[in-house]
Amino acid sequence: MGSSKAVLDSSRCKGCGYCVEECPKDALFFGKHTSDKGYTTVELNEEACIGCGVCYRVCPDYVFEIVEATE
Amino acid sequence: MNLKVPESITFAKTGFCPGCGHGIAIRLIAEVMEEMALTEKLLAVVDVACSSLAIDMWRFDTVMAAHGRPIPTAVGVKHIRPENPVMAYFGDGAAYNIGMAETVHAALRNDNICVFVVNNSVFGMTGGQMAATTLPWQKTVTSPYGKDPKKYGTLDITKVIGQMDIAYLARGELSGAAGIEQSKKMIKKAFEKQLANEGFCLVELLSECPTNLGMAPVDMMKHVHTAMAGYFKPGEFIDKGGSGR
Repeated sequence: MGSSKAVLDSSRCKGCGYCVEECPKDALFFGKHTSDKGYTTVELNEEACIGCGVCYRVCPDYVFEIVEATE
Repeated sequence: MNLKVPESITFAKTGFCPGCGHGIAIRLIAEVMEEMALTEKLLAVVDVACSSLAIDMWRFDTVMAAHGRPIPTAVGVKHIRPENPVMAYFGDGAAYNIGMAETVHAALRNDNICVFVVNNSVFGMTGGQMAATTLPWQKTVTSPYGKDPKKYGTLDITKVIGQMDIAYLARGELSGAAGIEQSKKMIKKAFEKQLANEGFCLVELLSECPTNLGMAPVDMMKHVHTAMAGYFKPGEFIDKGGSGR
């Protein structure tokens, strides 16, 4: 952990908030961004993300991918 | 650590409501198929209700059955293609109400298929009507004062087929990362048992349905973990092992 990060495709997000609720580092939040369908979509504080994969597991809409950090 | 949704997921923008558990269940099945190298071989049968939307979500060869009848259709597919893994994927309204006779008799025959029932405690596609799985005093559009358990009861599938000679009976929850991972292990075990020709495997997945229960998605997720999992206890109820057929 720590060497991985979440990558988001917020166009898939329907704003359910499961990831925001479950993220152990509170790295996910709802900002002002709205999708084409009108959903308020989740945003990521990359500094706080530890790449644990909880968001990937709880998301019903496949917003997240966990990738090895390049740096 | 790398985590990526399997190639068998299409990312189609389907009609699943925000917070619906179907998306999670579909990903778990796709991951299991990828891990077992069965993505090209799986034959899926879905219902005409909410589960039908899965057709656009995955790249498995899929048949859509008559309402409530994915199980007999899957049994037919398995008879014709015994070498392929076959699953019936549908909801509790279809499995335990409309198609209950087929569910019970497939279990009675110990048919060698996997059955995945997404239990959200209501009829979802038709607008949230009371189902056999609706919890005592749960309010629905057809039980606005709450479901009176003395009048209607609540169906727990483990008490119906829990004594039958089947290969596997388990219940997981699509709530929280731990519960979701446990559900994935159950799905995988069911497929392993089918490949070992052990017989009928049913995995019930307790699921969110925020739209029809009138809850915010996060509240619904907590409801699954507390109220639903409190009544319908998760766990493995039958795990025969070996060839029971």
